[in-house]
Amino acid sequence: MSVPEHGESLPATTSRVILSTADIDRALTRIAHEILESNKGTAGLVILGIARRGYPLAQRLAAKLEQTDESFDARTSTGQLDITMYRDDLRKNPARTPQPTIIPDSGIDGRTVVLVDDVLFSGRTIRAALDALVDVGRPKVVRLAVLVDRGHRELPIRADHVGKNLPTSSQEKVRVLLRESDPEERAENHEDCVVIDAPVASDPDVARAEKGVTS
Amino acid sequence: MSSFLISTVSPEGSDPVDLLIVDGVIQAVGEPGSLETPDDVTVVDGTGLIALPGLVDMHTHLRQPGHEDAETVDTGTRAAAKGGYTAVFAMANSKPVADTAGVVEQVWQLGQDAGWADVHPVGAVTVGLEGQQLSEIRAMAESRAQVRMFSDDGKCVHDPVLMRRALEYVKSFDGLVAQHAQEPRLTEGAQMNEGVVSAELGLTGWPAVAEEAIIARDVLLAQHVNSRLHICHLSTKGSVEIVRWAKERGINVTAEVTPHHLLLTEELVRTFDPVYKVNPPLRTDEDVMALREAVVDGTIDVIGTDHAPHTIEDKESEWSCAAMGMTGLETALSVVQKTLVDTGMIDWSTVARITSRRPSEILRLRDQGGALEAGAPANITLWNPAGETPVNPETHVSKGRNSPYKGMPLPGSVSATFYRGHPVVLDGELNSPLSS
Amino acid sequence: MKHLLTTADLSYADALSILDTADQMASVSSRSVKKLPALRGRTVVNLFFEDSTRTRISFETAAKRLSADVINFSAKGSSVSKGESLKDTAQTLMAMSADAVVIRHGASGAPQQLASSGWIDAAVVNAGDGKHEHPTQALLDAMTLRRVRARREDRPSTGMDLEGMHVVIVGDVLHSRVARSNVWLLNTLGARVTFVAPPTLLPVGMGHWPCEVSYDLDEVLAQRPDAVMMLRLQSERMNAAFFPSEQEYTRAWGLTPERVAALDAMDAPTVIMHPGPMNRGLEISSEAADSPRSTVLAQVANGVSVRMAVLFLLLSGDESTPSLSDN
Repeated sequence: MSVPEHGESLPATTSRVILSTADIDRALTRIAHEILESNKGTAGLVILGIARRGYPLAQRLAAKLEQTDESFDARTSTGQLDITMYRDDLRKNPARTPQPTIIPDSGIDGRTVVLVDDVLFSGRTIRAALDALVDVGRPKVVRLAVLVDRGHRELPIRADHVGKNLPTSSQEKVRVLLRESDPEERAENHEDCVVIDAPVASDPDVARAEKGVTS
Repeated sequence: MSSFLISTVSPEGSDPVDLLIVDGVIQAVGEPGSLETPDDVTVVDGTGLIALPGLVDMHTHLRQPGHEDAETVDTGTRAAAKGGYTAVFAMANSKPVADTAGVVEQVWQLGQDAGWADVHPVGAVTVGLEGQQLSEIRAMAESRAQVRMFSDDGKCVHDPVLMRRALEYVKSFDGLVAQHAQEPRLTEGAQMNEGVVSAELGLTGWPAVAEEAIIARDVLLAQHVNSRLHICHLSTKGSVEIVRWAKERGINVTAEVTPHHLLLTEELVRTFDPVYKVNPPLRTDEDVMALREAVVDGTIDVIGTDHAPHTIEDKESEWSCAAMGMTGLETALSVVQKTLVDTGMIDWSTVARITSRRPSEILRLRDQGGALEAGAPANITLWNPAGETPVNPETHVSKGRNSPYKGMPLPGSVSATFYRGHPVVLDGELNSPLSS
Repeated sequence: MKHLLTTADLSYADALSILDTADQMASVSSRSVKKLPALRGRTVVNLFFEDSTRTRISFETAAKRLSADVINFSAKGSSVSKGESLKDTAQTLMAMSADAVVIRHGASGAPQQLASSGWIDAAVVNAGDGKHEHPTQALLDAMTLRRVRARREDRPSTGMDLEGMHVVIVGDVLHSRVARSNVWLLNTLGARVTFVAPPTLLPVGMGHWPCEVSYDLDEVLAQRPDAVMMLRLQSERMNAAFFPSEQEYTRAWGLTPERVAALDAMDAPTVIMHPGPMNRGLEISSEAADSPRSTVLAQVANGVSVRMAVLFLLLSGDESTPSLSDN
């Protein structure tokens, strides 16, 4: 199968597709139902996607909620939260251009905000998102929905709604590719997909390390 | 006294000879191995070296009296010896200004005491270099310093009447006026050459016309009063054209160019490193090429270093606050080799002409700039044209560290300098001064 | 990008990245909590060798909105008067662990010297140096122009450049760092630039600049440009023979009520820009300055956003080592 590689920096990896387009759609449907259940309906719901890939996922979730409950207006209840300015590693990583933060006109004060992101890993992004949220308003409840939870948490943060729990090694890299954010051509059934990149064991460095040879 | 045999050296680039120096004079020149030498002769191996008549710099700033933190007569003449110079002309912009017999005699005496090279003070044309009133030119001419060249260098004698009078007045003792050609109103606040780079950098321009207008006026004045005019540090193509025109008309004008104007251009100002700030400013490629051509065709007579040492404080500041000027004595001959010899434009005998013979003629020096032949005073520079080393101003013996060539590889090096028969520089290192 | 010294070497991508970031910064300025934690614990020094309350306040506001600590260091005239040298000042700032130095200096090149001297390892932002450059002014002008275009074409400004826009810059180009920074940046972003000035106030040697030059303001305004930017005429030029009299200057090169009326009459899209402070009645009439075409106040607001973007982009990732961390 063909999955575009990230840049030129991954010379010795293998890529595996873990979730296909249909898998992702099913996961989002399930999450939408869980949200309705835990919120007892759609009253006061605001779906905020974390830039960049959380936003299209939030829009899809909102569309599913609207299908289930006509009183829910996806357009006016969905937004995007950019957390670039709230990251705790700004000195370590060159900044990317911030994405717009889009908050529904009715605001988030007193509402139930569901934060949506693609991958939950260290938890630092969510920490930053919670800080960013405080500067925008004061929600009644904040919940977290993620497509993939790959473990390796570094902060006391957990997701309320998880599309798929994916045990990974810290050497591996999890990529979520969505048609909205990653328009590159992909194989059928993989217009949306989740990919794991794993280092290849035959990599000379790895092989040498395994033999216990030092240079 | 001591005697030296310089063996298999190439005089001005011609076939190798042996040169015998005894008691300050070239006693004999002959085929290698052919000369009879005294028993206690010191042999200096001249293989691969070029012998030039000791270099004469018409344009040096020795800073003493008044700016001893930047340079002294002693350190400046050490730098001169290291650069192959056996005579230097010390410009008048000291503090107090060299506008009286007292100051020029002091500078002359300091040169004698130092013993590294002849020091000829240049007298100021006007009192305090202020362009208002002629200084006591004749008193300076008749002093022990016997001043023959007068200049307000650093400033222009811009008043046409004063310039005319000065040109006339120096005729009485066959002197000459050396003009720093810079129309003052056109260069108010000037920071660099006016052109493409100044437009981008927003630095006030020093237009070529400010130099050329004064040169044009002065050659006509020199013609009118039939006197001798010398133009310091030509820096533009237009200046070259005016001087060429004047010489064709038989006007008694001589012209000088600095090593830096033969090599460096205004592009360096983009660094905003004040080491490149100089007056007249670095110009364009086109100007550099015109100046080189002018040396070849004789429009430009001499190389003058305009060696202008400054303290670190005066240079390590914002461009517009920094002092103008760069050191040059210890790098001059390397730059001449790089720009004129290595480019195939001139040979070593022309180098001898522009660095020694012509300045000596212009300044009527009897014991400098002569041919390397028996009976001549032994002012000799031994130049090794081989090799190329990056310039390190920290190793310069001048007090000034403001060399624009820092880090730049330049060809050649002075192997020895004989000043009146005494090796003030030997094996590329300062040796000892001539004891008076 | 380690420093911001000139717009001449700012790439298209860098310029767009600054403007896009500035757009997001602008949205912060419109919410109730006008503060971001991005530069918490970082120190920004405003080093002003020249008075400029407007520029200093703009940078100060920008740094504070990003939660940086701000030190204002007014060193007016100290170096020129042989007091403290630029080097000593720089080393003092380094001893204070400044992360960024915003420098305004009367000498062209002082920011570049500060950045390249090795005296200091902080990021250097040029806030105006002599007659050389004023890059953040050009960036805020570009941001203003981009927003004008976005409104006109009814599409988001983010990602947009200035391709095809015609910007007329009028007045003392010779002494203007604003003009110099603008000509390079506007050209990089695809705009067409026309300078209009008396020949005495145009630098010799600007022949290769990417711009057109005219001496006739009315003729250029008749082309219905997208913007006309009036440069401030410094009072010290009045008596230096650059033009015969103020009245003559205003008649020929000022944005007079008659010229504004002419723009209205032909229904030109032209907005009126000025870097401030304005000399009302000289290069710009009150009718022009206060007309609906004026973007002067938008320029001030955009100045804060652009400076936030610049400080953020210079100070983020400054300790980065190439790595593959993601997620």
